[in-house]
Amino acid sequence: MERIPILKMGAFLLVTIQVDMHDRLALALQDDLTSRIAQTNARGVLIDISSLEIVDSFIGRMIANIAAMARVLDAETVVVGMQPAVAITLVELGLSLPGVRTALNVERGMALLEAALAPVRNGTADASLET
Amino acid sequence: MPVLKHEILAIRDSADVVLVRQRVRHLAQEAGFSLIDQTKIVTAASELARNTLDYGGGGRVTMEVLNDGVRRGLRLTFRDEGPGIPDIELALRDGFTTGNGLGLGLGGARRLVNEFRIESKPGAGTTVVIARWR
Repeated sequence: MERIPILKMGAFLLVTIQVDMHDRLALALQDDLTSRIAQTNARGVLIDISSLEIVDSFIGRMIANIAAMARVLDAETVVVGMQPAVAITLVELGLSLPGVRTALNVERGMALLEAALAPVRNGTADASLET
Repeated sequence: MPVLKHEILAIRDSADVVLVRQRVRHLAQEAGFSLIDQTKIVTAASELARNTLDYGGGGRVTMEVLNDGVRRGLRLTFRDEGPGIPDIELALRDGFTTGNGLGLGLGGARRLVNEFRIESKPGAGTTVVIARWR
């Protein structure tokens, strides 16, 4: 089956969704990401949705699930690049993605993840979290 | 009302839901919809196509480009022969779901379009008609 690639960059996992996902593909991404977070001890997940022309309730739920599962596994999630028309439609649909961090682009998203990780790197947080 | 174009697509699996999104996008562009209007009707179509598949056991969508003399519109009719909806008011309520979704499909789709009509009887399937005007 077709899969969306997940790239590892340092402590982060990066995903760029570039296809119009059918539901099974979205579910596969959710499962793959969760296992990769556990396997790689990733501390952050960045999901680039700038190529997505719509986010409906199913894809919205997938994004919210990924963020929730990542949080349980001690990783931050940031969703970047949502097109304005998609954002307007999503809110009108009734989905505001509570609990999901967003940033305008990949650069700002990475900065957000780095900032979230900074206390750990500086040793101010529990040192046992370092791997 | 004059129908400028008319297409029918079957909805049998989740790849068909993607195909419905793509055809609706194409027709909305042809009808001269703005990007936001395109996004709204495509998103509504995605919700309803998924409902047709998940709750209706599959069905079909009829897509029509309309012209009422002044403006153009897009009308989509989703039809299934599934179990039907016993309580339509309840099904339209946000957060109500009998499946594993968020319960935003029907109510959400209604908010994204200008016209919304639903007919359903237990055992006789469900028809949802939506329209959006430019």
